[in-house]
Amino acid sequence: MIKLEGVHKHFGHLQVLKEIDLQVATGEKLVVIGPSGSGKSTLIRCINLLEKPSYGRVIVDGVEITAHKAPVHKVRQSIGMVFQQFNLYPHKTVLENLTLAPTLIRKVSREEAESTGMRYLERVGLKEKAGAYPSQLSGGQQQRVAIARALNMHPKIMLFDEPTSALDPEMIKEVLDVMIDLAHEGITMVVVTHEMSFAKEVGDRVIFMDEGVILEDGPPEHFFNNPTQERTKAFLSRILR
Amino acid sequence: MVGPFAWFKWEALLKDGNVFIEGFGITALVAVLALGVALALGVIFGMLGASHWKFAKRASRCYVEFIQNTPLVIQVFFLYNGLPKIGIVLPVLWVGVIGVGVYHGAYIAEVIRAGIQAIPKGQREAALSQGFNYWEAMRYIILPQAQRIVFPPLTNQAVFLIKNTSVMAMVAGGDLMYRADSWSSGNIYYGPAYVVTGLLYFILCFPLAQLARHLERRAEVSA
Ligand SMILES: Nc1ncnc2c1ncn2[C@@H]1O[C@H](COP(=O)(O)OP(=O)(O)OP(=O)(O)O)[C@@H](O)[C@H]1O
Ligand SMILES: [Mg+2]
Repeated sequence: MIKLEGVHKHFGHLQVLKEIDLQVATGEKLVVIGPSGSGKSTLIRCINLLEKPSYGRVIVDGVEITAHKAPVHKVRQSIGMVFQQFNLYPHKTVLENLTLAPTLIRKVSREEAESTGMRYLERVGLKEKAGAYPSQLSGGQQQRVAIARALNMHPKIMLFDEPTSALDPEMIKEVLDVMIDLAHEGITMVVVTHEMSFAKEVGDRVIFMDEGVILEDGPPEHFFNNPTQERTKAFLSRILR
Repeated sequence: MVGPFAWFKWEALLKDGNVFIEGFGITALVAVLALGVALALGVIFGMLGASHWKFAKRASRCYVEFIQNTPLVIQVFFLYNGLPKIGIVLPVLWVGVIGVGVYHGAYIAEVIRAGIQAIPKGQREAALSQGFNYWEAMRYIILPQAQRIVFPPLTNQAVFLIKNTSVMAMVAGGDLMYRADSWSSGNIYYGPAYVVTGLLYFILCFPLAQLARHLERRAEVSA
Protein backbone atom coordinates (compact mmCIF):
# COMPACT_ATOMS: atom_id res chain seq x y z
CA MET A 1 0.00 0.00 0.00
CA ILE A 2 2.85 2.36 0.91
CA LYS A 3 6.40 2.04 -0.38
CA LEU A 4 9.36 4.32 0.28
CA GLU A 5 12.50 3.65 -1.74
CA GLY A 6 15.78 5.30 -0.86
CA VAL A 7 14.10 8.39 0.57
CA HIS A 8 16.41 11.20 1.66
CA LYS A 9 15.36 14.51 3.11
CA HIS A 10 17.53 17.55 3.75
CA PHE A 11 16.59 20.86 5.34
CA GLY A 12 19.48 23.02 4.17
CA HIS A 13 22.56 21.20 5.42
CA LEU A 14 20.63 19.19 7.97
CA GLN A 15 20.06 15.64 6.82
CA VAL A 16 16.82 14.48 8.43
CA LEU A 17 16.08 11.25 6.57
CA LYS A 18 18.87 9.03 5.30
CA GLU A 19 18.13 6.41 2.68
CA ILE A 20 14.81 5.23 4.09
CA ASP A 21 13.35 2.02 2.65
CA LEU A 22 9.97 1.09 4.02
CA GLN A 23 6.94 -0.90 2.95
CA VAL A 24 3.57 -0.95 4.62
CA ALA A 25 1.12 -3.65 3.57
CA THR A 26 -2.59 -3.08 3.06
CA GLY A 27 -4.35 -3.18 6.42
CA GLU A 28 -1.13 -3.11 8.37
CA LYS A 29 -0.85 -1.01 11.55
CA LEU A 30 2.63 0.45 11.68
CA VAL A 31 3.81 2.30 14.76
CA VAL A 32 6.75 4.71 14.49
CA ILE A 33 8.74 5.38 17.63
CA GLY A 34 11.86 7.42 18.23
CA PRO A 35 13.37 10.30 20.16
CA SER A 36 12.52 13.91 19.41
CA GLY A 37 14.15 15.20 16.24
CA SER A 38 14.78 11.74 14.84
CA GLY A 39 12.73 12.42 11.72
CA LYS A 40 9.42 10.69 12.54
CA SER A 41 7.23 13.59 11.48
CA THR A 42 9.29 14.15 8.36
CA LEU A 43 8.93 10.48 7.47
CA ILE A 44 5.17 10.33 7.91
CA ARG A 45 4.76 13.65 6.05
CA CYS A 46 6.67 12.22 3.09
CA ILE A 47 3.90 9.64 2.69
CA ASN A 48 1.39 12.32 1.60
CA LEU A 49 4.08 14.62 0.26
CA LEU A 50 3.53 17.40 2.79
CA GLU A 51 7.32 17.10 2.80
CA LYS A 52 8.89 16.50 -0.56
CA PRO A 53 11.78 14.02 -0.37
CA SER A 54 15.11 15.45 -1.55
CA TYR A 55 15.42 12.25 -3.48
CA GLY A 56 14.02 8.74 -3.50
CA ARG A 57 10.58 7.49 -4.46
CA VAL A 58 7.28 7.31 -2.63
CA ILE A 59 4.63 4.98 -4.01
CA VAL A 60 1.13 4.97 -2.55
CA ASP A 61 -1.51 2.53 -3.72
CA GLY A 62 0.45 1.89 -6.90
CA VAL A 63 0.97 5.58 -7.77
CA GLU A 64 4.45 7.05 -7.62
CA ILE A 65 3.60 10.41 -6.06
CA THR A 66 7.19 11.64 -6.23
CA ALA A 67 7.06 11.39 -10.02
CA HIS A 68 6.95 14.56 -12.11
CA LYS A 69 3.33 15.74 -12.48
CA ALA A 70 1.99 12.93 -10.29
CA PRO A 71 -1.68 13.35 -9.28
CA VAL A 72 -0.70 14.29 -5.73
CA HIS A 73 -3.97 16.01 -4.81
CA LYS A 74 -5.94 13.02 -6.01
CA VAL A 75 -3.83 10.56 -4.02
CA ARG A 76 -4.07 12.70 -0.88
CA GLN A 77 -7.85 12.31 -0.94
CA SER A 78 -7.39 8.69 0.05
CA ILE A 79 -4.85 9.43 2.79
CA GLY A 80 -6.31 10.85 5.99
CA MET A 81 -3.97 12.71 8.29
CA VAL A 82 -4.34 13.57 11.97
CA PHE A 83 -1.99 16.19 13.39
CA GLN A 84 -0.61 16.83 16.84
CA GLN A 85 -2.29 20.27 16.90
CA PHE A 86 -5.65 18.99 15.51
CA ASN A 87 -5.78 21.74 12.83
CA LEU A 88 -9.56 21.84 12.65
CA TYR A 89 -10.96 24.68 10.55
CA PRO A 90 -11.92 27.21 13.23
CA HIS A 91 -14.33 29.17 11.03
CA LYS A 92 -16.47 26.10 10.36
CA THR A 93 -18.72 24.08 12.63
CA VAL A 94 -17.81 20.53 13.54
CA LEU A 95 -20.11 19.08 10.90
CA GLU A 96 -18.86 21.54 8.28
CA ASN A 97 -15.32 20.49 9.10
CA LEU A 98 -16.37 16.98 8.16
CA THR A 99 -18.26 17.85 4.98
CA LEU A 100 -16.05 20.58 3.46
CA ALA A 101 -13.51 18.40 1.65
CA PRO A 102 -15.94 15.60 0.68
CA THR A 103 -18.36 18.04 -0.98
CA LEU A 104 -15.77 20.32 -2.58
CA ILE A 105 -13.07 17.82 -3.50
CA ARG A 106 -14.79 14.47 -3.78
CA LYS A 107 -17.99 16.06 -5.13
CA VAL A 108 -20.16 14.05 -2.78
CA SER A 109 -23.63 15.53 -2.31
CA ARG A 110 -24.15 17.61 0.82
CA GLU A 111 -26.85 15.24 2.15
CA GLU A 112 -24.61 12.24 1.80
CA ALA A 113 -21.57 13.96 3.29
CA GLU A 114 -23.68 15.07 6.24
CA SER A 115 -25.19 11.66 6.83
CA THR A 116 -21.85 9.84 6.73
CA GLY A 117 -20.38 12.71 8.76
CA MET A 118 -22.98 12.25 11.48
CA ARG A 119 -22.22 8.53 11.54
CA TYR A 120 -18.53 9.21 12.12
CA LEU A 121 -19.31 11.80 14.78
CA GLU A 122 -21.48 9.25 16.52
CA ARG A 123 -18.67 6.76 16.32
CA VAL A 124 -16.21 9.13 18.00
CA GLY A 125 -18.90 10.00 20.57
CA LEU A 126 -19.52 13.60 19.49
CA LYS A 127 -22.81 13.52 17.64
CA GLU A 128 -24.27 16.21 19.88
CA LYS A 129 -21.39 18.59 19.02
CA ALA A 130 -22.17 18.69 15.29
CA GLY A 131 -23.20 22.36 15.40
CA ALA A 132 -20.45 23.55 17.75
CA TYR A 133 -17.32 25.40 16.69
CA PRO A 134 -13.90 23.84 17.34
CA SER A 135 -13.01 26.53 19.90
CA GLN A 136 -15.93 25.33 22.04
CA LEU A 137 -14.46 21.83 22.35
CA SER A 138 -11.79 20.37 24.62
CA GLY A 139 -8.52 19.19 23.09
CA GLY A 140 -9.56 15.56 23.23
CA GLN A 141 -12.88 16.35 21.57
CA GLN A 142 -11.15 18.38 18.86
CA GLN A 143 -8.82 15.52 18.10
CA ARG A 144 -11.72 13.08 17.85
CA VAL A 145 -13.41 15.48 15.42
CA ALA A 146 -10.16 15.64 13.44
CA ILE A 147 -10.20 11.84 13.17
CA ALA A 148 -13.84 11.89 12.07
CA ARG A 149 -13.01 14.62 9.53
CA ALA A 150 -10.28 12.45 8.01
CA LEU A 151 -12.55 9.38 7.98
CA ASN A 152 -15.35 11.20 6.19
CA MET A 153 -13.15 11.21 3.08
CA HIS A 154 -13.26 7.38 3.27
CA PRO A 155 -9.48 7.04 3.15
CA LYS A 156 -7.57 3.84 2.53
CA ILE A 157 -4.72 5.02 4.73
CA MET A 158 -4.69 6.97 7.99
CA LEU A 159 -1.60 8.81 9.16
CA PHE A 160 -1.32 9.94 12.78
CA ASP A 161 1.50 12.25 13.86
CA GLU A 162 1.61 12.21 17.66
CA PRO A 163 -2.15 12.60 17.96
CA THR A 164 -2.14 12.60 21.76
CA SER A 165 1.02 14.60 22.51
CA ALA A 166 -0.77 17.93 22.87
CA LEU A 167 -3.46 16.53 25.16
CA ASP A 168 -3.89 16.58 28.91
CA PRO A 169 -3.42 13.11 30.37
CA GLU A 170 -7.11 12.61 31.13
CA MET A 171 -7.99 13.13 27.47
CA ILE A 172 -5.42 10.82 25.96
CA LYS A 173 -7.49 7.73 26.56
CA GLU A 174 -10.60 8.97 24.76
CA VAL A 175 -8.53 9.58 21.63
CA LEU A 176 -6.62 6.29 21.88
CA ASP A 177 -9.89 4.42 22.29
CA VAL A 178 -11.13 5.86 19.01
CA MET A 179 -7.87 4.86 17.32
CA ILE A 180 -8.00 1.36 18.75
CA ASP A 181 -11.57 1.01 17.53
CA LEU A 182 -10.46 2.16 14.09
CA ALA A 183 -7.57 -0.30 14.08
CA HIS A 184 -10.04 -3.20 14.14
CA GLU A 185 -10.97 -2.31 10.58
CA GLY A 186 -9.07 -3.11 7.42
CA ILE A 187 -7.68 0.39 7.09
CA THR A 188 -3.91 0.87 6.78
CA MET A 189 -2.52 2.93 9.66
CA VAL A 190 0.81 4.64 10.27
CA VAL A 191 1.03 6.08 13.77
CA VAL A 192 3.82 8.16 15.25
CA THR A 193 3.36 8.00 19.00
CA HIS A 194 4.99 7.86 22.39
CA GLU A 195 2.14 5.73 23.74
CA MET A 196 3.84 2.39 24.22
CA SER A 197 0.63 0.70 25.33
CA PHE A 198 -0.93 1.58 22.00
CA ALA A 199 2.08 0.22 20.14
CA LYS A 200 1.84 -3.07 22.03
CA GLU A 201 -1.89 -3.41 21.76
CA VAL A 202 -2.61 -2.54 18.15
CA GLY A 203 0.72 -2.39 16.33
CA ASP A 204 1.36 -5.16 13.82
CA ARG A 205 4.82 -3.76 13.47
CA VAL A 206 6.99 -1.19 15.19
CA ILE A 207 9.83 0.77 13.64
CA PHE A 208 12.29 2.68 15.78
CA MET A 209 13.97 5.71 14.25
CA ASP A 210 17.02 7.60 15.37
CA GLU A 211 18.90 10.34 13.54
CA GLY A 212 17.07 9.77 10.29
CA VAL A 213 17.50 6.00 9.98
CA ILE A 214 15.31 3.05 10.89
CA LEU A 215 17.17 1.11 13.58
CA GLU A 216 14.57 -1.53 14.40
CA ASP A 217 11.79 -2.99 12.35
CA GLY A 218 9.65 -5.86 13.59
CA PRO A 219 6.65 -6.96 15.63
CA PRO A 220 6.10 -5.14 18.95
CA GLU A 221 7.21 -8.13 21.02
CA HIS A 222 10.54 -8.09 19.28
CA PHE A 223 10.93 -4.36 19.75
CA PHE A 224 10.06 -4.28 23.44
CA ASN A 225 11.62 -7.57 24.50
CA ASN A 226 14.78 -8.04 22.50
CA PRO A 227 15.87 -4.93 20.65
CA THR A 228 19.07 -5.43 18.69
CA GLN A 229 20.60 -1.95 18.88
CA GLU A 230 22.23 -0.29 21.86
CA ARG A 231 20.47 2.99 21.08
CA THR A 232 17.08 1.28 21.15
CA LYS A 233 17.85 -0.22 24.54
CA ALA A 234 18.93 3.16 25.85
CA PHE A 235 15.73 4.75 24.53
CA LEU A 236 13.52 2.05 26.01
CA SER A 237 15.18 2.21 29.40
CA ARG A 238 14.56 5.96 29.42
CA ILE A 239 10.86 5.76 28.67
CA LEU A 240 9.88 2.45 30.32
CA ARG A 241 10.93 3.03 33.84
CA MET B 1 -8.92 94.95 7.11
CA VAL B 2 -10.93 91.99 5.78
CA GLY B 3 -10.62 88.68 7.66
CA PRO B 4 -9.86 85.41 5.86
CA PHE B 5 -13.35 84.17 6.71
CA ALA B 6 -15.30 87.31 5.83
CA TRP B 7 -18.99 86.72 5.12
CA PHE B 8 -18.94 87.82 1.49
CA LYS B 9 -16.32 85.15 0.77
CA TRP B 10 -18.71 82.44 1.97
CA GLU B 11 -21.40 83.92 -0.21
CA ALA B 12 -19.09 83.73 -3.22
CA LEU B 13 -18.35 80.09 -2.43
CA LEU B 14 -22.03 79.27 -2.11
CA LYS B 15 -22.68 80.86 -5.49
CA ASP B 16 -19.96 78.71 -7.08
CA GLY B 17 -21.06 75.64 -5.11
CA ASN B 18 -21.23 73.59 -8.30
CA VAL B 19 -17.48 73.78 -8.68
CA PHE B 20 -17.05 72.05 -5.37
CA ILE B 21 -19.82 69.53 -5.91
CA GLU B 22 -18.34 68.50 -9.23
CA GLY B 23 -14.91 68.17 -7.66
CA PHE B 24 -16.44 66.09 -4.89
CA GLY B 25 -18.03 63.81 -7.51
CA ILE B 26 -14.75 63.30 -9.34
CA THR B 27 -12.88 62.61 -6.12
CA ALA B 28 -15.49 60.03 -5.13
CA LEU B 29 -15.39 58.42 -8.58
CA VAL B 30 -11.60 58.25 -8.69
CA ALA B 31 -11.54 56.86 -5.15
CA VAL B 32 -13.98 54.07 -5.99
CA LEU B 33 -12.18 53.09 -9.19
CA ALA B 34 -8.75 53.35 -7.58
CA LEU B 35 -9.95 51.23 -4.68
CA GLY B 36 -10.99 48.57 -7.19
CA VAL B 37 -7.54 48.65 -8.80
CA ALA B 38 -5.82 48.63 -5.41
CA LEU B 39 -7.86 45.69 -4.11
CA ALA B 40 -7.27 43.63 -7.23
CA LEU B 41 -3.52 44.28 -7.18
CA GLY B 42 -3.36 43.90 -3.42
CA VAL B 43 -5.09 40.52 -3.34
CA ILE B 44 -3.03 39.14 -6.22
CA PHE B 45 0.34 40.38 -5.00
CA GLY B 46 -0.55 39.59 -1.38
CA MET B 47 -1.27 35.97 -2.30
CA LEU B 48 1.89 35.76 -4.41
CA GLY B 49 3.91 37.25 -1.55
CA ALA B 50 2.60 34.63 0.87
CA SER B 51 3.12 31.75 -1.56
CA HIS B 52 6.00 29.31 -1.54
CA TRP B 53 6.89 30.06 -5.12
CA LYS B 54 10.22 31.89 -5.15
CA PHE B 55 9.69 33.87 -8.34
CA ALA B 56 6.23 35.03 -7.26
CA LYS B 57 7.53 36.11 -3.88
CA ARG B 58 10.30 38.12 -5.45
CA ALA B 59 7.97 39.79 -7.95
CA SER B 60 5.63 40.76 -5.14
CA ARG B 61 8.53 42.09 -3.05
CA CYS B 62 9.79 44.24 -5.94
CA TYR B 63 6.39 45.80 -6.53
CA VAL B 64 5.81 46.55 -2.85
CA GLU B 65 9.26 47.97 -2.13
CA PHE B 66 9.44 50.05 -5.28
CA ILE B 67 6.05 51.65 -4.73
CA GLN B 68 6.29 52.10 -0.97
CA ASN B 69 9.69 53.76 -1.13
CA THR B 70 8.97 56.41 -3.74
CA PRO B 71 6.57 59.34 -3.30
CA LEU B 72 3.12 59.06 -4.80
CA VAL B 73 3.56 62.51 -6.36
CA ILE B 74 6.49 61.29 -8.43
CA GLN B 75 4.60 58.18 -9.54
CA VAL B 76 1.72 60.37 -10.67
CA PHE B 77 4.06 62.80 -12.45
CA PHE B 78 5.56 59.81 -14.22
CA LEU B 79 2.14 58.72 -15.48
CA TYR B 80 1.21 62.27 -16.46
CA ASN B 81 4.49 63.58 -17.92
CA GLY B 82 6.60 60.48 -18.51
CA LEU B 83 4.26 58.08 -20.28
CA PRO B 84 3.32 60.55 -23.06
CA LYS B 85 7.05 60.60 -24.00
CA ILE B 86 6.70 56.94 -25.01
CA GLY B 87 3.41 57.56 -26.73
CA ILE B 88 0.98 56.65 -23.96
CA VAL B 89 -1.36 59.49 -23.12
CA LEU B 90 -3.80 58.73 -20.33
CA PRO B 91 -6.84 60.89 -19.61
CA VAL B 92 -6.17 62.68 -16.33
CA LEU B 93 -8.92 60.76 -14.55
CA TRP B 94 -7.10 57.52 -15.32
CA VAL B 95 -3.82 59.01 -14.20
CA GLY B 96 -5.48 59.41 -10.82
CA VAL B 97 -7.13 55.98 -10.79
CA ILE B 98 -4.00 54.11 -11.85
CA GLY B 99 -1.56 56.21 -9.85
CA VAL B 100 -3.47 56.01 -6.59
CA GLY B 101 -4.64 52.43 -7.26
CA VAL B 102 -1.16 51.07 -7.90
CA TYR B 103 0.21 53.00 -4.92
CA HIS B 104 -2.32 51.63 -2.43
CA GLY B 105 -2.25 48.21 -4.08
CA ALA B 106 1.27 47.87 -2.68
CA TYR B 107 0.10 48.67 0.84
CA ILE B 108 -2.91 46.40 0.55
CA ALA B 109 -0.66 43.60 -0.74
CA GLU B 110 1.30 43.87 2.49
CA VAL B 111 -1.87 43.85 4.58
CA ILE B 112 -3.10 40.73 2.81
CA ARG B 113 0.24 38.96 2.90
CA ALA B 114 0.49 39.57 6.65
CA GLY B 115 -3.11 38.39 7.09
CA ILE B 116 -2.46 35.15 5.23
CA GLN B 117 0.77 34.55 7.12
CA ALA B 118 -0.99 35.10 10.44
CA ILE B 119 -3.02 31.93 9.80
CA PRO B 120 -1.18 28.98 11.38
CA LYS B 121 0.52 26.83 8.77
CA GLY B 122 -1.30 23.79 10.13
CA GLN B 123 -4.43 25.11 8.42
CA ARG B 124 -2.81 24.95 5.02
CA GLU B 125 -1.36 21.54 5.79
CA ALA B 126 -4.71 20.17 6.93
CA ALA B 127 -6.33 21.44 3.74
CA LEU B 128 -3.58 20.04 1.51
CA SER B 129 -3.70 16.70 3.32
CA GLN B 130 -7.39 16.45 2.44
CA GLY B 131 -6.68 16.95 -1.25
CA PHE B 132 -7.26 20.70 -1.67
CA ASN B 133 -4.78 22.33 -4.05
CA TYR B 134 -3.03 25.59 -3.17
CA TRP B 135 -5.72 27.90 -4.61
CA GLU B 136 -8.61 25.90 -3.16
CA ALA B 137 -6.93 25.92 0.24
CA MET B 138 -6.59 29.71 -0.08
CA ARG B 139 -10.16 30.21 -1.12
CA TYR B 140 -11.96 27.92 1.31
CA ILE B 141 -9.65 27.74 4.33
CA ILE B 142 -7.07 30.52 4.50
CA LEU B 143 -8.70 33.65 3.07
CA PRO B 144 -11.97 33.31 5.03
CA GLN B 145 -9.91 33.24 8.23
CA ALA B 146 -7.55 36.01 7.10
CA GLN B 147 -10.53 38.20 6.22
CA ARG B 148 -11.25 39.04 9.83
CA ILE B 149 -7.66 40.12 10.45
CA VAL B 150 -7.41 42.00 7.20
CA PHE B 151 -10.63 44.02 7.20
CA PRO B 152 -9.81 46.77 9.72
CA PRO B 153 -6.43 47.72 8.16
CA LEU B 154 -8.02 47.42 4.72
CA THR B 155 -10.68 49.96 5.65
CA ASN B 156 -7.96 52.28 6.94
CA GLN B 157 -6.25 51.94 3.58
CA ALA B 158 -9.48 53.05 1.90
CA VAL B 159 -9.42 56.20 4.04
CA PHE B 160 -5.79 56.95 3.10
CA LEU B 161 -6.65 56.27 -0.50
CA ILE B 162 -9.48 58.81 -0.56
CA LYS B 163 -7.25 61.49 0.93
CA ASN B 164 -4.42 60.63 -1.46
CA THR B 165 -6.62 61.18 -4.52
CA SER B 166 -5.89 64.86 -3.75
CA VAL B 167 -2.56 64.25 -5.48
CA MET B 168 -4.52 64.80 -8.69
CA ALA B 169 -4.50 68.52 -7.91
CA MET B 170 -0.84 68.42 -8.96
CA VAL B 171 -1.75 67.39 -12.50
CA ALA B 172 -4.90 69.46 -13.01
CA GLY B 173 -7.04 66.45 -12.19
CA GLY B 174 -10.36 68.24 -11.79
CA ASP B 175 -10.86 66.62 -8.39
CA LEU B 176 -12.04 68.32 -5.20
CA MET B 177 -8.60 69.50 -4.14
CA TYR B 178 -7.84 70.88 -7.59
CA ARG B 179 -11.17 72.75 -7.74
CA ALA B 180 -10.56 74.26 -4.33
CA ASP B 181 -7.05 75.32 -5.32
CA SER B 182 -7.97 76.87 -8.62
CA TRP B 183 -11.16 78.53 -7.34
CA SER B 184 -9.41 80.17 -4.44
CA SER B 185 -6.24 81.14 -6.28
CA GLY B 186 -8.46 83.10 -8.65
CA ASN B 187 -10.14 85.18 -5.94
CA ILE B 188 -7.77 84.47 -3.02
CA TYR B 189 -10.73 83.39 -0.82
CA TYR B 190 -8.59 80.56 0.62
CA GLY B 191 -10.24 80.42 4.05
CA PRO B 192 -13.74 79.21 3.20
CA ALA B 193 -12.48 77.12 0.26
CA TYR B 194 -10.21 74.97 2.37
CA VAL B 195 -12.63 74.67 5.27
CA VAL B 196 -15.38 73.41 2.97
CA THR B 197 -12.99 71.11 1.11
CA GLY B 198 -11.72 69.66 4.34
CA LEU B 199 -15.28 69.03 5.45
CA LEU B 200 -16.13 67.28 2.20
CA TYR B 201 -13.16 64.91 2.57
CA PHE B 202 -14.26 64.34 6.15
CA ILE B 203 -17.72 63.34 4.97
CA LEU B 204 -16.17 60.66 2.75
CA CYS B 205 -13.57 59.40 5.19
CA PHE B 206 -15.20 59.54 8.60
CA PRO B 207 -17.81 56.81 8.06
CA LEU B 208 -15.10 54.51 6.72
CA ALA B 209 -12.86 55.20 9.68
CA GLN B 210 -15.79 54.40 11.98
CA LEU B 211 -16.38 51.18 10.08
CA ALA B 212 -12.73 50.27 10.55
CA ARG B 213 -13.00 50.81 14.30
CA HIS B 214 -16.19 48.80 14.44
CA LEU B 215 -14.61 45.90 12.53
CA GLU B 216 -11.57 46.04 14.75
CA ARG B 217 -13.69 45.79 17.88
CA ARG B 218 -15.61 42.88 16.41
CA ALA B 219 -12.39 41.10 15.46
CA GLU B 220 -11.16 41.52 19.02
CA VAL B 221 -14.37 40.12 20.46
CA SER B 222 -14.32 37.04 18.26
CA ALA B 223 -10.60 36.41 18.67
N1 LIG C 1 10.68 22.73 7.88
C1 LIG C 1 11.86 22.46 8.50
N2 LIG C 1 12.92 23.26 8.30
C2 LIG C 1 14.08 23.00 8.89
N3 LIG C 1 14.32 21.98 9.72
C3 LIG C 1 13.29 21.15 9.97
C4 LIG C 1 12.00 21.34 9.38
N4 LIG C 1 11.17 20.37 9.81
C5 LIG C 1 11.91 19.60 10.63
N5 LIG C 1 13.18 20.05 10.74
C6 LIG C 1 14.27 19.43 11.52
O1 LIG C 1 14.36 18.08 11.15
C7 LIG C 1 14.64 17.26 12.26
C8 LIG C 1 13.61 16.16 12.33
O2 LIG C 1 12.35 16.74 12.57
P1 LIG C 1 11.04 15.90 12.77
O3 LIG C 1 9.96 16.87 13.02
O4 LIG C 1 10.87 14.96 11.65
O5 LIG C 1 11.38 15.09 14.10
P2 LIG C 1 10.42 14.22 15.00
O6 LIG C 1 11.06 12.89 15.11
O7 LIG C 1 9.04 14.28 14.49
O8 LIG C 1 10.52 14.94 16.41
P3 LIG C 1 9.38 15.23 17.51
O9 LIG C 1 9.24 13.97 18.32
O10 LIG C 1 9.96 16.34 18.32
O11 LIG C 1 8.15 15.61 16.79
C9 LIG C 1 14.68 18.17 13.47
O12 LIG C 1 16.01 18.44 13.77
C10 LIG C 1 13.95 19.40 13.01
O13 LIG C 1 14.47 20.53 13.67
MG1 LIG D 1 7.23 15.17 15.19
